[in-house]
Amino acid sequence: MTKTKTSGRFKLVDTLYVLGMILPFVLCMVLKVLTNVPSEGISISGAMPYFTIPMPIQDLAITEAQVNSVAVIIALFFMCLYFTHGLKVKATLKRQLIVEWIVEKTKNLVNANMGDFFNGYEPFIAAIMGLSAVSSLMALLGLFPPTSDINIVAGWAILTFALITYYKLKGGFGNYLKGFTEPIFVMTPLNILGEVATPVSLAFRHYGNVLSGSVIAVLIASALQGVSELLLGWLPGVFGEIPFLQVGLPAVLSVYFDLFSGCMQAFIFAMLTMLNISGNFPRELYEKRQQKKQSKKSQKIKTNK
Amino acid sequence: MALAIGIILGCCALGAGICMGIGAIGPGIGEGNAVSKACEAIGRQPEAKGDVTSTMIMGCAISETTGIYALVVAILLIFVAPSIFVDLLKSAIK
Repeated sequence: MTKTKTSGRFKLVDTLYVLGMILPFVLCMVLKVLTNVPSEGISISGAMPYFTIPMPIQDLAITEAQVNSVAVIIALFFMCLYFTHGLKVKATLKRQLIVEWIVEKTKNLVNANMGDFFNGYEPFIAAIMGLSAVSSLMALLGLFPPTSDINIVAGWAILTFALITYYKLKGGFGNYLKGFTEPIFVMTPLNILGEVATPVSLAFRHYGNVLSGSVIAVLIASALQGVSELLLGWLPGVFGEIPFLQVGLPAVLSVYFDLFSGCMQAFIFAMLTMLNISGNFPRELYEKRQQKKQSKKSQKIKTNK
Repeated sequence: MALAIGIILGCCALGAGICMGIGAIGPGIGEGNAVSKACEAIGRQPEAKGDVTSTMIMGCAISETTGIYALVVAILLIFVAPSIFVDLLKSAIK
């Protein structure tokens, strides 16, 4: 590896990209600080609505969750730009090695779980994983993690459901409808329920895990507040109000609930997306149809000649 | 009126507790089984530790789903349901 001198312009673009990565989060924090109403004690509440847009059926509320998820998307976009800036055939930058590692790992994962038919799926899977992981890790910055709002996760789950149905339909529409009456005709309602249950369970799993972490963190913080008041409350003046028990303990729990659980859920969401898409794809029917189409085409060409 | 609201709040809290308690039994047993089998598998074939561990965590997360459903229902019962039920009661009395 030879170190080449980076030009001033290269560095300038780099700093711009890094700023693009950091600024969305800073803006989210500023927005939260400006609009947050300080309340007595600790309370559990959902996403705070910033403003509402009037709509014909129901007013559309733009909440913290939506704003934060857009911030995550922008930050990830600039991260991708930063990491792919200055790629060369022979790696001269450390970030190129990181990117190569990520791409290789994702390729291996997708290949191992989806088979060779779904070779173009690495970007989608990596995007879902990155989006989910960064969204969950936002809780570490003190922001509202978008994944603990069901609307955001349900959107991803619906996307997955659409992909599953699209690949099921590739086996032919008649075969898709026939799949609902699979072992016997009586099972049709149960099969439809099972079809709907896939996105619901995907959404609830991710949402419930992240939400339970934040709820437990708040409960423990309030319990620690009570205990420290009980222990030191009799001291006069400022000494009685020192929340000494709340200093370090919640951070230890945060390592599991925010760091481990957040990354784990991202991995599981991506994994289940892969397995659902590739598992429900009727490969043999699709190939049969392709063969039929090709034979029809060749026959047409022959008759035209 | 106060009694009725009190009964609603109490029943919501009771329902949430029972829901979480019963809902946690299944995933607990299931995950315990999964981990015990994974330990056996690693003991038999220590070289396959990575694969076994990742598969086990995957399975644990999936079998956790029912527990998570119970949790979502409990959270709804505590934070969302009481206000809706009280509003319903008030509109019914009027």
